[in-house]
Amino acid sequence: MVAATAESQAPVASNAIVPLRGLWAVAAILAFTVVVIAGNWIWGLDFLHVVGGGMWTAVDLFMGFVIGPVMRGLSVPARIELTKRLMPKMLLIMPTLVTMTLGAGFQLARANGMLNTAYGRHGWVVASMVVVAVMAAVALALLQPANIAVLFELRKPQPNPAIVQLLMRRFIYAAGITGAMQIATLVIMTRLAT
Amino acid sequence: MSRPEAQDFSGPRVTELGMLSIGLVAAGVIYLAAYLPKRAPLLPAVILLAGAVAVLAVNVVLILRRPGFARWRFRQVAGWMLLVYLVVAGMLEFTFLRDHTHGAILVLLTFLLATFTLNVPVLAGYTVARFEPLETSEG
Repeated sequence: MVAATAESQAPVASNAIVPLRGLWAVAAILAFTVVVIAGNWIWGLDFLHVVGGGMWTAVDLFMGFVIGPVMRGLSVPARIELTKRLMPKMLLIMPTLVTMTLGAGFQLARANGMLNTAYGRHGWVVASMVVVAVMAAVALALLQPANIAVLFELRKPQPNPAIVQLLMRRFIYAAGITGAMQIATLVIMTRLAT
Repeated sequence: MSRPEAQDFSGPRVTELGMLSIGLVAAGVIYLAAYLPKRAPLLPAVILLAGAVAVLAVNVVLILRRPGFARWRFRQVAGWMLLVYLVVAGMLEFTFLRDHTHGAILVLLTFLLATFTLNVPVLAGYTVARFEPLETSEG
């Protein structure tokens, strides 16, 4: 992966962009997702969708409405320290949660007949796809690139605080938007499950 | 310590265009999925795909034409991101095949997926490289 080599002046928890040790857990989860989808194992699909979706929602809400405001109140050096420790983990956690939730969810909806236009609440299913599409666009175009860019900036011998602040502001606003969209997801999913 | 407003980080609207391209891809997939198990009329999905590809192409041109752009960093980040998203795209394609999707719908979904898969590395690579000073170039 993009291994870090630059020496840093500040005390750093880890200088790597991606925590390589965590890739094993990611690989195991993705392999389990493939096996469950291949076998159309309904309990497994349910497990991956509910656990992944619950964690995805919780992390988005927590980042948007707890970590975001907390970070705004911190000094720039404290923000940088928090960012150095938090962002590499987010880089592994979020794509994994999103992939397992959406992959299993789509297959589950297909198996349960929810994708069928004859399904009574098909409109809610389509609405959930629209919400996910908006979240995906925000996450992939704003949130994730800001996450990676801030990690690259922090690897430099002298990170530019202006760039770090700019990227973190973008990250926190994007997390807030996806957090708000997650409330819509909760409404839709509970409507479907009721 | 300088304030963010004090420096100019402006550039082409690559991120906004990337969001538009991803949005068009998502609209195409949702449109096709919303008709299941019936077959949707393909023309709207083709138009959405063409729009997404065109916006992606414009984005690549804007990036390549940007003066003083750290292309080495762009290639580095976009390359690794492409590898990651090829795995994700492979899983999605596997799901399509597993569900016996075939014919024109499969072709359209595959092209939509490919457009999505290319958009993500372009956006990540651009966001990192635009803040990279050229003099630190490693090749």
